[in-house]
Formats: sequence, structure tokens, C-alpha cells
Amino acid sequence: MYAAIVFLPLLGFLIAGLFGWKIGARVSEIVTTGLLFVSAALSWIVFVNVALGEGPATVSLLGNWFTSGGVKVDWSLKIDSLTAVMLVVVTTVSSLVHFYSIGYMHEDPSRPRFFAYLSLFTFAMLMLVTADNLVQLFFGWEGVGLASYLLIGFWYEKPSANAAAIKAFVVNRVGDFGFALGIFLVFVLTGSISFEQIFAAAPGLAHKTIHVFSGDFDALTITCLLLFMGAMGKSAQFLLHTWLPDAMEGPTPVSALIHAATMVTAGVFLVARLSPLFEQAPAALTFVTIIGGTTAFFAATIGLVQNDIKRVIAYSTCSQLGYMFVGLGVGGYSLGIFHLFTHAFFKALLFLGAGSVIHAMHHEQDMRNMGGLWRKIPFTFAMMTIGTLALTGFPYTAGYFSKDAIIEAAFASHHKGALYGFLMTTVAAGLTSFYSWRLVFLTFFGKPAWAAGAAHSAPATDQSASGHGSDPHHHDEHEHAAHGHGGHDLNPHESPFVMLLPLLVLAIGALFAGFWFQHDFIGEGAAEFWKNALYLGPNNHILEEREDIPHLVAQVPTILMGVGFVVALYFYILAPKTPAWLARHAHHLYEFLLNKWYFDELYDFLFVRPAFWLGRLFWKEGDGAIIDRLGPDGVAARVVDVTGRVVKLQSGYIYQYAFAMLIGLAAVITWFLVGGVR
Amino acid sequence: MTISLTQFLVVAAILFTLGVAGIILNRKNIIVVLMSVELILLSVNINLVAFSAFLGDLTGQVFALFILTVAAAEAAIGLAILVTYYRNRGSIAVEDINMMKG
Repeated sequence: MYAAIVFLPLLGFLIAGLFGWKIGARVSEIVTTGLLFVSAALSWIVFVNVALGEGPATVSLLGNWFTSGGVKVDWSLKIDSLTAVMLVVVTTVSSLVHFYSIGYMHEDPSRPRFFAYLSLFTFAMLMLVTADNLVQLFFGWEGVGLASYLLIGFWYEKPSANAAAIKAFVVNRVGDFGFALGIFLVFVLTGSISFEQIFAAAPGLAHKTIHVFSGDFDALTITCLLLFMGAMGKSAQFLLHTWLPDAMEGPTPVSALIHAATMVTAGVFLVARLSPLFEQAPAALTFVTIIGGTTAFFAATIGLVQNDIKRVIAYSTCSQLGYMFVGLGVGGYSLGIFHLFTHAFFKALLFLGAGSVIHAMHHEQDMRNMGGLWRKIPFTFAMMTIGTLALTGFPYTAGYFSKDAIIEAAFASHHKGALYGFLMTTVAAGLTSFYSWRLVFLTFFGKPAWAAGAAHSAPATDQSASGHGSDPHHHDEHEHAAHGHGGHDLNPHESPFVMLLPLLVLAIGALFAGFWFQHDFIGEGAAEFWKNALYLGPNNHILEEREDIPHLVAQVPTILMGVGFVVALYFYILAPKTPAWLARHAHHLYEFLLNKWYFDELYDFLFVRPAFWLGRLFWKEGDGAIIDRLGPDGVAARVVDVTGRVVKLQSGYIYQYAFAMLIGLAAVITWFLVGGVR
Repeated sequence: MTISLTQFLVVAAILFTLGVAGIILNRKNIIVVLMSVELILLSVNINLVAFSAFLGDLTGQVFALFILTVAAAEAAIGLAILVTYYRNRGSIAVEDINMMKG
């Protein structure tokens, strides 16, 4: 059964990928989606058995991959509570996204390819979460990276999509470089890459040092930092986050699946899986907390001013991943995973909802061109509101349990950097609320900018169009007017049923997942739930300490959520002129945020342009001017020079040839005669 | 003065030189080249017949007859090629026949 969960998506990928051209788009969709639903159903059974029930954590060996000296790598499926949680998240979201894509991509000519890639991604992600050694994990890690690259660049005829795909791939390589070094170091220290043996050896490695660059460093800290570097790349943390917003060039279901719910959480999973190592390296945990806190805050600030609906959600994802790392960094691994779990529901919901909005707006993504949509697409509006409530942590929704738990844990923790993490996540909670409600208000309320845009071609409707938002009574008139002025006008429409059903399922998760599972994941039931999947050191009582913090502190995130909502309400509904006024008066700050803290420009200046310069140097000077000029090109040019002179001998006149023959004959005869004398 | 082998050989050598000069120095007409080739062949024939007569060996004269036959055939082929060439290119001037140049 475990093998079926992992390999059914691979089967779907092979069928759709190899035979998609033959069996057609519709069959490819049904096959891949159907297999994914089977896989998801099996995953829930595993979840109930292993995580909620008493089923044993198992490692089933599939076969040997390779053995080289002391490195023995097996293909195996490790199923414990942590894996079960990830299985459920991955297969559920993936099957819903498959289902949703049938509607969203219905106009795309290369649907078999799309569904094949989605299934490939799911397979790689499942290999990642079921790995019982670092190399298989790395296999899955690179597999999801590949699938991410392929799907970001799915619309390969768009240059921006290609650029974004390459950017995602290259930035991930930076992180993977550290990850690979971390794996090597683990092998050097423990002589094994299998989790079981690494974790057994971990306590003995504390305070061991290694000698690098004429300095002694704590071996485990270095290892954990290198491994975390991989997690930073994959999970788009501060400094390596630049690829995630650009990744929104891909189709929206991809953003929901890969860049919100599953792949980007692989880094969180990695740290949680390696909790026995991280528990022995408090300095590395501090670093995790600081990076997480910084990301949570910084991504939230950028999200405040972005105008592309998907980019806002992308920065929100980045920010929420920061929360998860703060949870991990203060030692609350289950908190991080719990937030991962709930976040998958409401972030996938928000992305798919955004996809529904984009679908309704005929592929318009700029929120400034939306507005007033809630009458047109009421179901999507309701679902997006649920997602927003869950994200901002409205009481008793999913985010309320998971996000606030992390903030409380950061306050209660005694780790270094925890206070910083607490402050950053608390402020970010307020910012999250603001940008999330800003998204809702800009998209669904206010004046419908799309109708005003349509009115440019038909000035007569201008009056009724602008009156639409402020005066609901004229709604019907406007409706008629808009209809009267030709069918080419943009007319937002609700998405088909296949797109709305996944929204509904995810909305149920977003509303209730926190309430249902809070007890098991992070409450009193945590010990029985996680069993031994997550390691907590003897002094790590973060889950209990979290309960004992002052009541007022526990209320702060909720209060800030309310403040964020009120400010957004004031800015975008009550006094819509305020944002423009603020942008004018805090001009520099606004520009700073709008340009994403100038990270792209900074990296462009620091890395991209020097790399181009170096590349051009090697290309033009090294290769062109030196190697080619002295090597092949030089020799060829000399040959051409010589032959150019030889060619002139070939005049084409017979008599000259004959003369040459005569001279030659005379010379030969002379030579024979003279030589014959001797 | 008795006519000895030397005189024959001198005449043949003069004819041969004329033929070669005709080929190399001629800048006008391809027919002149053909004629020069005939001239060279004739000079060779004179050599053969002269040696045959003075050495008392008939083989040389038989050989000369064969060469005359071959020369006639060669002249016929050469002229035929010339006619075709003229039809194709409209000229048999030596200056124009330089398509083989590099």
C-alpha cells in the first residue's frame, strides 16, 4: 500500500507523459487525476492508522540503489507520523489541484504535458517525504526542483516564464550546494547517510569539532547550517527568496500545489525530519529562528504594496514559511509541521481562489484592474474570505491554532533569538492581516475597474459603471446597459464546477483542520501522535511552556489581526484615497517596498552582472581571442593564406599548364641525365 | 652533302620545338593548339622513321603508321570537341577557356 501511494503518481506521469499524444488530453486528465485520488485515499488510511492510530512506524526496503565503499544507498519507504502528515498534505492538495486544473487549463493545448508534470512532481515529493536516508531525500529534493522548473516554464513561449524558471533553478542550486555539503559532512561525521544511524550517532557528536580553514568549529552546528542552507533555498527564506515571487509566472494551480502547499514546505520537513541533529546544535536553531523571523517580517512588508494578486499571495507564502521556521527554531518542531499542515489548506485555497478570480477576469492579474467582483463571483468570494480568515488567524479557523501557537512558543522559548522571532512574527501577524484584507477589498469590493475600462470604448456606460459600486440599487440598470453595449466587454463569470469543488474541500480544511487536529499535533495528544518521529531534547518542554504564557500575550496576535483588518477596511473601503496619499508622503518607503527591498537589483549587481561579465570575459577573450585565434581559427587562416597563393597558379589556361609540364619534364630529364653520369 | 641521320634529327627537333612553341606561345585559337599537337606527333614520326631506316629495323616504320592512325583519330575527336564547345560557349579563343582556374 505504501508503494502504491508513491508510485501511482509515477504511473500517471508515465502514462500521460509518454502516451498523452495518443490517448488525448481528456483521458490523460482522468488517468492522472484518478490515480492521484486513489493515492490520496490511501494516504488518509495511512494517516489514520499510523499517526492517529496505533500502527507501527515502518521502513520498507524497495531495493538497493547503489553501494560505493562505505556509502550504501537504498530505495526505501519510511512511514512514520511525520511522513503520514506529509503524505496527506501532498496527495490531498495534489489531487485537488489535478481536479481543479481540468477546469483551469481547459483551453490549453498541451494539457497531457501539464498533468504529466503535476504527477511527476507529486511522485518526487512523495519520494522526498518517504526517504529514510539523505540521498533518497536529495533525489526527491532535486526531483521536485526539476518539476518546479518545468512547471514554472510551462508556458515556454513566454520569455518571462523561462527567465523565472531559470531563476528558480539557479537560486535553488545555491541552496542545494549547501545541502550537498551538509550530506557529505554528515557522512564524514557518522559514516552513514541512513537516518537511523545518523540519529543514533547524533548525541555522541555534540561538542565535537572539525577543523576547517584554520579554525575549529562545532561540527554539528556547521552540518545543520549547511543542511539548513538547502532548506532556505527550497523554502524561499530570506536571502534565497527571490525566486518564489517570480515563480508565479507558472499556471496558478502550479503555484497552489508547488509554491504554496508542498514543495516550498520541503525545507520545513527537512528540519523537522532532522530534529535529532538540530536539537544538538542550539546555535543552528538560533540561526533558523532569526532567518525565519526576518523572512516572516520582510515578506509581509513587501506583500503590503504588491499589486499582482498572485504575488501578494506568494509573499504571504514566503512570510508563513518564515513562521514555520520560527516554530522549528524555538524547538517546536510539531508547531512548524502543524502550521505547514494548516497552511497547505488555506494557502492552496487562496491560490486556487485567486486562480478562479483570474479565470473570471480572463487572465487579468493586476488587482487595480479588478474590484466589485463579489456580486459576479459570489462563491469564489466566499471561499477567498474563508482562506483569508484562516490565514490571518481569525479565532477557531486553522491559522488561529497553528500561527498563534508559533508566536506563543516564540515568546515562551528560552532559545537565543526567540525574542526576535516573537517580535517579528507578531508584527508580521498584523501586516498579514492588512495585506490579506487589502487583497480581498481590492479584488471584490470598491469600484469595478474592469467595467470602467470597458467603458472607454463605450462612453455612454460610463455613468452607470461608476455608479455601480456606490449605489447597489442601480445594479440591474447597469447590468442591462453593459449587456446592451456588445458582447466583447469583459464580463466576469463564475468558474465551472470542477474548479469550485476543490475550493470547497480546501475551505473545509481551512476552517476546521486547526480545530480538529490541534489536540493531536501540538496539544496533549502530541506525544502519542508523533511517537518518535520528532525528537525533543530532554530540556525541550516548549509545548508545555507555550501554555503558560501570560494571557495578554496570547491575545496580541488576535488583536493585531483586528487592527490589520480595520486599517485595511479604512484604507480601501472607507477612505480609498488614503493609500495614494500615504504612498506620496512616505515616498521612499513605498518605493523600497514596491521594489521588494531592492533584492533583485542587489543580486543583479552583486552576482548576475559579475557572472555575465566573467562569462563574457571567458567567452570573448579566453575562448574567442586566445583559444580560437591561436588554435583552430589561426591554423585555418594560415592554410587559407597558403592555398590562396597556390590557387593563383591555377590560371585555367591550358598552354600554361603545358608549359609547366614541359619545364617539369625538362627538369626530370636533366636530373636523370646528370645523375646518370655519376 | 650526304644526308645523314643528324639532318633528320635536326628537322624533327625543329618541328617539335615549333609544335611546343605553338602550344605555349599561341594566344589566339584553340585550333592552332590542335595543329601544334599534330606537328609534335609528326616530328616524333620523323624520328622513328629516320632511326628505322638508319638502323635497318622495320619496327619503327610500323610504329609510325600506328601513330599516324592514332593522330588522325585524335584530330577527329579534338575537332568534334571543339565544334561542341563552340556551340555551347560561342567562342574557341584560348583566352576564354579558363573555367578550370582556381
